[in-house]
Amino acid sequence: MELQAVLMAAGGGSRMTDLTYNTPKAMLPVGNKPLIWYPLNLLERVGFEEVIVITTKEVQKMMSMDPKIKVEVKMKLDVVCIQEDGDMGTADALRHIQQKIKTDILVVSCDLITDVALHEVVDLFRAHNATLAMLMSKAHEFTETVPGQKGKKKTAEQRDFVGVDQSGQRLLFMANEADLEDGLSLRKSVIRKHPRMHIRTGLVDAHLYCLKKAVVDFLSENKSISSIRGELLPYLVRKQFSKTSPLNSEGEAAKFLFLMLLCVIRTFMVRAQELSCWNDHRGDMSEAYHGGKLRCYVHILEQGLCCRVNTLAAYIEANRLAPKLFEEPAVHPSSVISERCQMGSDSIIGALCQVADKTSIKRSTIGNSTTVKEKVKIANSIIMHGVTIEEGCNIQGSVICSNAVIGRGADLKYCLVGSGQWIEPEAERTNEVIVGTDQLMEI
Amino acid sequence: SKEEKQRLRKEKKQQKKSKEKKDDKESHVSSAPPAVPAPVSNSVPASEVAVATEKPTKSKAELKAERRARQEAERATKQTKKGEPGQQGATGKPKAPPSELQPGMVKRLSEHVQVDDPDVLKKLAKKLERQQIPLRSDYGYKVSLFSHLHQYSRKAPPTQQLSIPSTVIHPAIVRLGLQYSQGIVAGSNARSVALLHAFKQVIRDYTTPPNEELSRDLIKKCLFYYMNLFPLKKFVFFLINVTYRVFFNTIIFLIFPASAKKKRFAKSKLLTSIEWYIKEKIILAATAIAHSSIEKISDGDVILVYGCSSLVNNILCEAYDKQRKFRVIVVDSRPRLEGREALRRLVQKGISCTYVLISAVSYILPEVSKVFLGAHALLANGYVMSRVGTSQIALVAKAFNVPVLVCCETYKFCERVQTDSFVSNELDDPDDLIVTRKGKTQLAGWQQVASLGLLNLVYDVTPPDFVDLVITDLGMIPCTSVPVVLRVKNVDQ
Repeated sequence: MELQAVLMAAGGGSRMTDLTYNTPKAMLPVGNKPLIWYPLNLLERVGFEEVIVITTKEVQKMMSMDPKIKVEVKMKLDVVCIQEDGDMGTADALRHIQQKIKTDILVVSCDLITDVALHEVVDLFRAHNATLAMLMSKAHEFTETVPGQKGKKKTAEQRDFVGVDQSGQRLLFMANEADLEDGLSLRKSVIRKHPRMHIRTGLVDAHLYCLKKAVVDFLSENKSISSIRGELLPYLVRKQFSKTSPLNSEGEAAKFLFLMLLCVIRTFMVRAQELSCWNDHRGDMSEAYHGGKLRCYVHILEQGLCCRVNTLAAYIEANRLAPKLFEEPAVHPSSVISERCQMGSDSIIGALCQVADKTSIKRSTIGNSTTVKEKVKIANSIIMHGVTIEEGCNIQGSVICSNAVIGRGADLKYCLVGSGQWIEPEAERTNEVIVGTDQLMEI
Repeated sequence: SKEEKQRLRKEKKQQKKSKEKKDDKESHVSSAPPAVPAPVSNSVPASEVAVATEKPTKSKAELKAERRARQEAERATKQTKKGEPGQQGATGKPKAPPSELQPGMVKRLSEHVQVDDPDVLKKLAKKLERQQIPLRSDYGYKVSLFSHLHQYSRKAPPTQQLSIPSTVIHPAIVRLGLQYSQGIVAGSNARSVALLHAFKQVIRDYTTPPNEELSRDLIKKCLFYYMNLFPLKKFVFFLINVTYRVFFNTIIFLIFPASAKKKRFAKSKLLTSIEWYIKEKIILAATAIAHSSIEKISDGDVILVYGCSSLVNNILCEAYDKQRKFRVIVVDSRPRLEGREALRRLVQKGISCTYVLISAVSYILPEVSKVFLGAHALLANGYVMSRVGTSQIALVAKAFNVPVLVCCETYKFCERVQTDSFVSNELDDPDDLIVTRKGKTQLAGWQQVASLGLLNLVYDVTPPDFVDLVITDLGMIPCTSVPVVLRVKNVDQ
């Protein structure tokens, strides 16, 4: 077997607590499908037959009940539950399932929605015998107004600095702005080996990694690493250019040597490489890959959809773009739409909905089992499941979470209505986050 | 008369038999899959049977040989259809496979590539589909003289349609195909070694399905992988030669001692035999060739090399270690520019080098005392198949009366016969020829220009008149002695 897929679905959605305090992030509806369905679909399309899903008990229960996942996902899902409140990072989760991992792994996050040709990432991993291959994409500006955002969008959200070589594939440098004190320092050894480096800041990490099995074994020995993105990746990228001298401090060197030993370089690859007349760089006297055994590659997606749904803005954007990925009818056959409803072409209506007359729905997503009464205007909004919208409402640019009730005549502009909330009739709210008081107490 | 009638009846019988055999063959010699060379089809039965003849079925094989030879002759006369790709070149070898290997099970591959024939393509597509191998489509306009060959683009990798945890094709083979197509493993020796190691991996991971026999199923699987490699990888025909010889000699050798105990060791035997093959035929051969070539290098020599041949580099490095004083001129050519890698290795060693492009060869040749060339394969009529440009160098060297020495291991010797570079060759990605200088790419829109075609050939053949000596691990032989070596080798086997 070549690759095992691991889906990380235990994340709490810490950056969009308003949406996730009732529904776990993995099950948030995007385009009327649970968020976790998108990476599962990606893996299935590409040909995986089994996926190890690391998630919480709550998500597992919801997944088993969700029709979309039960019916449409044909792969075998091996669900591993971990404690929700435990402070388990992604690397800790990998350590937890170390027994199940028999071969190289493909780690995917549950909040990734993309139409990337996955073979591009995996080809880098295969062809160069890389330790790590990851996917990054050009970040797109979010154009939609985010409900509840006071003032302009916060700029400089902790940029990532990613250094790639001339071909744009080899990963040379990775650091987050938060870790850099006053400047970006590059090691001389890196510059000597790769004199031309492109440093890019506008990239979004898709959290899709191909890792060698040796890395997982290394993690099990090295218990101090708890996050893949935050700690493991920068470590691997740094260690590409590290000298394997035992003169360094004992613990560090030992751990690193362990990793190197585990990256078993099969002798035949070395022999074939020696005989081959290929080199990945030119201009200096060293052999291919500078003789380095640890290699990290990145595939940067210039065009195409790749978004990670971890903030509210991203969630809204995803709802806008995700339906375009699939050719599905805009209106679910089981829902009842009256003829006098004006529905825009880029709106989606879920199953078992009831939409009454004289309603206008533009550029919106309406979830399952939602009731929309007469004379309602919905524009640029996301309505989740089980919502009741009474007559005469005007909803613009808002996100209404599941099981909310919007009283008649309410006028909501750019609001976020939490789960199960009740908006009183004739309410006029603009740019507000309306959530329950019990949620407000959670810090 | 009566005799005539008898003769006619005999002929009819024979025709019937040959027709049956022909149908049988054509069912498994199905039409022109891409880039499969003669040695594939030739050496499959050849080596299969060659080994079979080791065993007690010798007499039967001889009879079959005669019958087969007769059928070949008849078929040759009957051939009217254009590009009947199912034809197998007539070999003197008995082709009847040993009784245990049913030919129907084994899908043989044809020697001729015939891409511009739509029927052939259709058959190929169907065959690949049956085996669940994705068909890789050709790219761009092909120059008419080479329209019968495949031309793939590097931007459409073979793995596009494969499932990612590739279950149908062993991941080692997928990786190999990928490395071939991206040029990471380039050069004939490197490719052979990589291919053999990939197959070692396949064998290691192979488990006999419950109802099948180890040997039969393994052969089936291996042939399946070969077929997969053709859409995946580039045309490297003699590699098939190589691996078939290794495999089938050993696999079939293991069929006959069918005892259970032997089967358990069959796998490890296979693996060790592959190791042995690499060690003896490639690594030790390189040492032997280096040893003999050093006698040909004298102090004060100016040696011309072309491109990057691992063997020639090895020779020069060894000669340098043995304190010979010489300098090297590295000739390079676009678009591959492999000479840069050769230059790096030689300069790293400490040899003083000069670097020119092939367009300057006639200016630099008056300085040169010897030309060392590497080969991709040596054909049975003495022609040398090597990187495109080699024949040019040999030609110019001949005109300047500079001795041309070709260094080639014996495993690269091939029973194939070819007199020109058109019949079977490889077309590389035409976009490699496009170069961007100062931000301007002149040929960017070449596909829109109707009368423009880009041709990126990979191999060419050099006639034996231009080659003065071939240095092999068996010694130094003239180019025309290749068939002798082949004959001797086959007798040995």
